Amino acid sequence: MTDAGNALLKLVPKAEAKQSMKDFKSDQEVRWCPGCGDYAVLAAVQGFMPDLGLAKENIVFVSGIGCSSRFPYYMNTYGMHSIHGRAPAIATGLASSRRDLSVWVVTGDGDALSIGGNHLIHALRRNVNLKILLFNNRIYGLTKGQYSPTSEVGKITKSTPMGSLDAPFNPVSLAIGAEASFVARTVDSDRKHLTSVLRQAADHPGTALVEIYQNCNIFNDGAFEVLKDKQQAEEAVIRLEHGQPIRFGADQSKGVVRDAVTGDLAVVAVTPENERDILVHDAHSASPTTAFALSRLADPDTLHHTPIGVFRDIERPVYDTLMADQLDTAVERDGKGDLAALLARGDTWTVVG
Amino acid sequence: MTSQVSSEAEQADGALVGEQRKPAGGKDVRRLDRVIIRFAGDSGDGMQLTGDRFTSETASFGNDLSTLPNFPAEIRAPAGTLPGVSSFQLHFADHDILTPGDAPNVLVAMNPAALKANIGDVPRGAEIIVNTDEFSKRAMQKVGYDVSPLEDGSLDGYSVHPVPLTTLTVEALKDFDLSRKDAGRSKNMFALGLLSWMYHRPTEGTEKFLRTKFAKKPEIAEANIAAFRAGWNFGETTEDFAVSYEVAPAATAFPAGTYRNISGNLALSYGLIAAGRQADLPLYLGSYPITPASDILHELSKHKNFGVRTFQAEDEIAGIGAALGAAFGGSLAVTTTSGPGVALKSETIGLAVSLELPLLIVDIQRGGPSTGLPTKTEQADLLQAMYGRNGEAPVPIVAPRTPADCFDAALEAARIAVTYRTPVFLLSDGYLANGSEPWRIPDVDELPDLRVQFASGTNHTEDDGTEVFWPYKRDPQTLARPWAIPGTPGLEHRIGGIEKQDGTGNISYDPANHDFMVRTRQAKVDGIDVPDLAAEDPSGEARTLVLGWGSTYGPITAAVRRLRAAGVPIAQAHLRHLNPFPRNLGEVLGRYDKVVIPEMNLGQLATLIRAKYLVDAVSYNQVNGMPFKAEQLATALKEAIDD
Repeated sequence: MTDAGNALLKLVPKAEAKQSMKDFKSDQEVRWCPGCGDYAVLAAVQGFMPDLGLAKENIVFVSGIGCSSRFPYYMNTYGMHSIHGRAPAIATGLASSRRDLSVWVVTGDGDALSIGGNHLIHALRRNVNLKILLFNNRIYGLTKGQYSPTSEVGKITKSTPMGSLDAPFNPVSLAIGAEASFVARTVDSDRKHLTSVLRQAADHPGTALVEIYQNCNIFNDGAFEVLKDKQQAEEAVIRLEHGQPIRFGADQSKGVVRDAVTGDLAVVAVTPENERDILVHDAHSASPTTAFALSRLADPDTLHHTPIGVFRDIERPVYDTLMADQLDTAVERDGKGDLAALLARGDTWTVVG
Repeated sequence: MTSQVSSEAEQADGALVGEQRKPAGGKDVRRLDRVIIRFAGDSGDGMQLTGDRFTSETASFGNDLSTLPNFPAEIRAPAGTLPGVSSFQLHFADHDILTPGDAPNVLVAMNPAALKANIGDVPRGAEIIVNTDEFSKRAMQKVGYDVSPLEDGSLDGYSVHPVPLTTLTVEALKDFDLSRKDAGRSKNMFALGLLSWMYHRPTEGTEKFLRTKFAKKPEIAEANIAAFRAGWNFGETTEDFAVSYEVAPAATAFPAGTYRNISGNLALSYGLIAAGRQADLPLYLGSYPITPASDILHELSKHKNFGVRTFQAEDEIAGIGAALGAAFGGSLAVTTTSGPGVALKSETIGLAVSLELPLLIVDIQRGGPSTGLPTKTEQADLLQAMYGRNGEAPVPIVAPRTPADCFDAALEAARIAVTYRTPVFLLSDGYLANGSEPWRIPDVDELPDLRVQFASGTNHTEDDGTEVFWPYKRDPQTLARPWAIPGTPGLEHRIGGIEKQDGTGNISYDPANHDFMVRTRQAKVDGIDVPDLAAEDPSGEARTLVLGWGSTYGPITAAVRRLRAAGVPIAQAHLRHLNPFPRNLGEVLGRYDKVVIPEMNLGQLATLIRAKYLVDAVSYNQVNGMPFKAEQLATALKEAIDD
């Protein structure tokens, strides 16, 4: 937890009484498909909210359109289910005008990266105080199974019977490229990891982007199985922890090193000779270079060597704070606005009746 | 000089020349009731600034005035070409006037392109001041003059003053350490000085303005002031200008009060700030730059000490999105744009209709479709504002009629938005936005009270006696739903674009509920309290009504005055509320045999009127990017009456 994170969170009123998960469940029936990964994320969010200890009337969930965007209806907080792709823009207006609110955006790979790509990158570069949960299932679910901007090339779907043609976005790479100050990735089925990442995101002052690999059991079932299956995951998943050497695999036998010639990152078998060369993860590094390189480790098709955890967590000025500061500065400099004086500004003349 | 005499047909909009007097030892001074001046030059010649300064001098002198800036969309079109010509027309008078005037009495042409582009609008007999320095063979050929128009007799019908403006300016500034080119740049101030002499304008304001504008470059400020004074002195000494003119202050035309000159966009900006104050809500603007609306973003950005937040978004959609988010949070939220931006915002406007949150959508209309004519005026977004969304999505529409009226119209749009919890369109246009007129500064204590009550507690009792909050339980009078802002304990609720169950606001796909909600949203807008429409007919004998909306008010009223002065009875009514229409509109229309609707589109209001009231309205249309001319309208109205 950073100091500035504390400072911004302090603007949000605290809950008067101890909260439980039940307090965050709305009275609405949850209507995702049985077996959908969204249930797990909802449970994790509802379960972790009491830890934050914020007054729930000061928490707002804003979503766009898509399966995951029904999320706000199930949270007993303030919420808005808006229109396709626009949640970051709407949330920006809310967060920048109401610093006493904790504002969360729930979005999907289509909502955030296709129709709403522009709003996502601009929210990230501005560093608005938003927590963005990007549910990535690599498919369009609500429209019944077209490929998405994160689908692997060659994906056979209803709209791409001969295979999709376009290269996918890597949401973590995209976010880091868009100047994001906090970028993390987690998996729907790993409640503990998911909760830990959410907590760090909540503590972050500014925009936090959390990519959540989420299974669509209807249209893209098993898309992340390699990261979930115990045996395969050992080789596939790289757990990032700030300050720790980046090692994974059975008995931590593999590690990530920097190639001395190209500067790029590579996976190697750890040996006594190279053990001290294993990269130590620094999420707070001022430069995004290594975080970006880490985001490129995974094979987009097989998902082998997929890092999860917090890639990047740095402090930089928060848009809402800067905006509020300018208002304060203007009052200090010019005094509180006086409408009568404003209207009578400049050259005037008087007509006597 | 006959050129400065109003024609008889124009008497209603301005009478004839008055007395003549001759100051001892000086030149002739003639008194006029009104004058129309057009400054025209290259885009880089500073014509807008020159016009603005002359306007300020005129306003502070107490004349009534109306202005028409007209400039190309290109920032710097190729120098000396016809597309690069920028002009500023100013009409000022000793009585109340309504338009920037049909035809200039004086044209200041800074180069051959300016002469060529504007001469068609200048009536014979008018005065033309040309900068002869720019009439080189090459410059003339560039715009198709093979022979100099100053020498081929084509301007014989005009009173031409050939003045080497550049040479005189450079000569006047020879003591300054400036290159010839830099010194020549002040030629617009020389021209302004000359015109200021011709029309007895006060000069202190301009000198003060120049000192402030060039505060960091005092040398440039002094050079401009020297050029300005040299222009004045030139008028006083040279024999070419034998007469100067007085236009007395329009003291009797105005009610008592303190006045200033104001453009539509500035008045609209002030109206928004005032609305925030009167509603006791923080003002939040989400906007994306677009001509001719950007000035509102610029202006509001200057007033952060009023608690005004301005957010320059990544696109039009984010602009309105952020505004809607701020509205959810309890701000008085505004987005400003022009037609192409409205197209992009349409889906979010529909969401605002569904969410029933207050939101002002300011559309400064310009020529369309598509990019159209960004710097020219048009009224062709009416049907877009009225119907341009999916589903049944009614949005109230308010349209200001004059530049100063933009202030009151903004307050009125805000009143409707916060009272009825609805997005509201404020339809201004390029002509109102950039045009200016005197404005009686209102007493802020007399502005309308727009305060609202946020929801603070439960509003419904369940069958089992539980007290709950229903976000869509409506006020029985206004049909407005409660505005419950985040941070209010116990009122946590979710809203969205999916159809909602009446009352609870929960998602509902029930057919009967949807039918009810669609009708209820329509009924809410239809039921908005709007003042009755006043039709005015001093003769009591009119059989024809001219009905207008928005910025055509000035030209229509001027045309109506002309007809009435010529003994032709005609009734006039002007709509400020386009949705809903005033309740008595049908009755007003029914009083007349004929209804004529002039619009700067192909008949959009006429379409609405015909559909709703089954009235066979006559549409009179112009879509050339310019406001109607009073004379042209008077003729058209006369023809309609006689038809």
